Amino acid sequence: MSAPIVSARGLVKDFPAGPDRTLRAVDNVSFDIAAGETLGLVGESGSGKSTTGRMLVGLIPATSGEVSLFGQTVTGRGGDARLATVRNRLQFVFQDPNGSLNPRMRVRDAIAEPLDIKGDVARADRAARVAELLDMVGLPAASADRYPHEFSGGQRQRIGIARALALRPEFIVCDEPVSALDVSMQAQIVNLLLDLQERFGLGYLFIAHDLAVVRSMSRNVAVMYAGSIVEIASRQALYAAPQHPYTQALLDVVPRPDPDRVRKPALAGEVPSMLNRPAGCAFAMRCPRAEARCRVETPALRDIAAGHRAACHLV
Amino acid sequence: MSAPLLSVRDLTVQFRTDAGWLTAVEQVGFELGAQETLGIVGESGSGKSVTALSILGLHAASTTRIPTGAIAYAGQDLLKLPDRAMRRIRGGEIAMIFQDPMSSLNPVLTVADQISETLMLHQGLDRKTARNRAIGLLDMVRIADAAHRVDAYPHQLSGGMRQRVMIAIAIACRPKLLIADEPTTALDVTIQAQILDLLRELQTELGMSVILISHDLGVIAEFARRVLVMYAGRVVEAAPSRALFRQPMHPYTSGLLAAIPPLNHDVTRLSTIPGSIPDPGRRIPGCRFSPRCTEAQTECREQAPDLVSVGDDHFARCPPRLHRMRPV
Repeated sequence: MSAPIVSARGLVKDFPAGPDRTLRAVDNVSFDIAAGETLGLVGESGSGKSTTGRMLVGLIPATSGEVSLFGQTVTGRGGDARLATVRNRLQFVFQDPNGSLNPRMRVRDAIAEPLDIKGDVARADRAARVAELLDMVGLPAASADRYPHEFSGGQRQRIGIARALALRPEFIVCDEPVSALDVSMQAQIVNLLLDLQERFGLGYLFIAHDLAVVRSMSRNVAVMYAGSIVEIASRQALYAAPQHPYTQALLDVVPRPDPDRVRKPALAGEVPSMLNRPAGCAFAMRCPRAEARCRVETPALRDIAAGHRAACHLV
Repeated sequence: MSAPLLSVRDLTVQFRTDAGWLTAVEQVGFELGAQETLGIVGESGSGKSVTALSILGLHAASTTRIPTGAIAYAGQDLLKLPDRAMRRIRGGEIAMIFQDPMSSLNPVLTVADQISETLMLHQGLDRKTARNRAIGLLDMVRIADAAHRVDAYPHQLSGGMRQRVMIAIAIACRPKLLIADEPTTALDVTIQAQILDLLRELQTELGMSVILISHDLGVIAEFARRVLVMYAGRVVEAAPSRALFRQPMHPYTSGLLAAIPPLNHDVTRLSTIPGSIPDPGRRIPGCRFSPRCTEAQTECREQAPDLVSVGDDHFARCPPRLHRMRPV
């Protein structure tokens, strides 16, 4: 991989959970993303994937660990000042375009707001840039005069993407950008994100719970469980030869549009509470292959092949 | 098929809006036999949930009208049934579970209270007997430590556990028909698999018919024996599951299947259906799908096509495809 534009090292996030208690939402997460590449971050609810994305771009502070963006360390002492210098090169696309667009703001102003905040764009340039951005995301120029509620969910997500592109970012965290969309809209938005990546050399952290969507978007994929990455590999390796029992189980239970397929029986149990984290491997209590030491000793994420890491004693 | 358990014919449902009466479901029809499983699949606004709510008479009478249709269940038309009789059927013979168990459960009542309510109402049990039955029902939906969990409040349970409680309430009176509206959509994929396995086991144990409503063709393929595909309020295709997934006959069904991202191989781009899902208020002349259809001809935009037979128990609403299959 070429030099990463984004790297996370040992990221930890603790949230206070009552007196003298903390909830560790993210534990020791590390990864790199190169320019123009996508890391897919997949996991179930509470796996820590969104918290990781938010820490990465400074939306919430990390408890410990290090984040570097475009060569600047943005965590630790003086991190905020360095984050400010790279802020324009980062963006975030949210799951719910309804919650992230102001209903009283015309599309023109929603898209141009980042330009206005930056404050060095002339009026004529602003209109031209809005038209250009609408065109990039496949919306008619006339959309500029309309309000968010006049658009469908898929179109609103296009508006959210246009807004994210306004300052010509190089890296975008996409947090479940297609999860709220119907299948026919989802495919359009996935293709749009891929087209924009090709055109502008964008790097993405693509957060999603849908393994098939993640496969279509990503070059590399990290699987999170209970706050930690349990497996990370190229998409070819991860989908063709998953090593961690959790990744294998996830792939086994995804419903597929094939009535003749016999799905494997569901994995028993549920994700453990982050407040009562079990000792050892967090997945051991649900793992069909768990041994005694899995319940005692926490497995480290280690290399099992070139570019393929898994956190499991048994692989 | 012998006399079906449920037969819906020519059902049209309209809602009152500021802009007049809006047609949410138009001429929907299907039959469901005892112990059969029907899947209804469609995207937002397709009318799949509205169809299900109509079976149970759950639309607000003041803002809803049903200009045409009949819903025959056990020899009676549910649309003509007085409220009292409908209340006996609802929750007794026909039960329903919804997408979000948190908003369907009462947050200030324990699990025992909520399951008991159904039993006391429909079967006249006293509180103590109902409570014991509630524990038995939690066992049936595979909740471990049922005698203890029965006193929990909804917020003390995980999403998957809450959906199990909803299922326990739904099966409390041993319904003949269970309508499951997106029962796993809010759940994680490993929990979704557990709930689908549970529903399948309970269906066999109790001999229920099931209508499963989902936007997820994967869930439908796994669960349903027969499938209706709905688009903009109409059934565009109806077929046995295998035929539908192997030889889809409506361009919308084909487009939807192609748009699902593959899990087993890489693609550079996904296949898409152009355009957007139509706004429910918009009146589309001819075939509702024609503005997005790559195969549409002039006739498609002018005349609304009928649902016609295209194979063994297989129906589709697409004249161009039918002509191609059977040249005139």
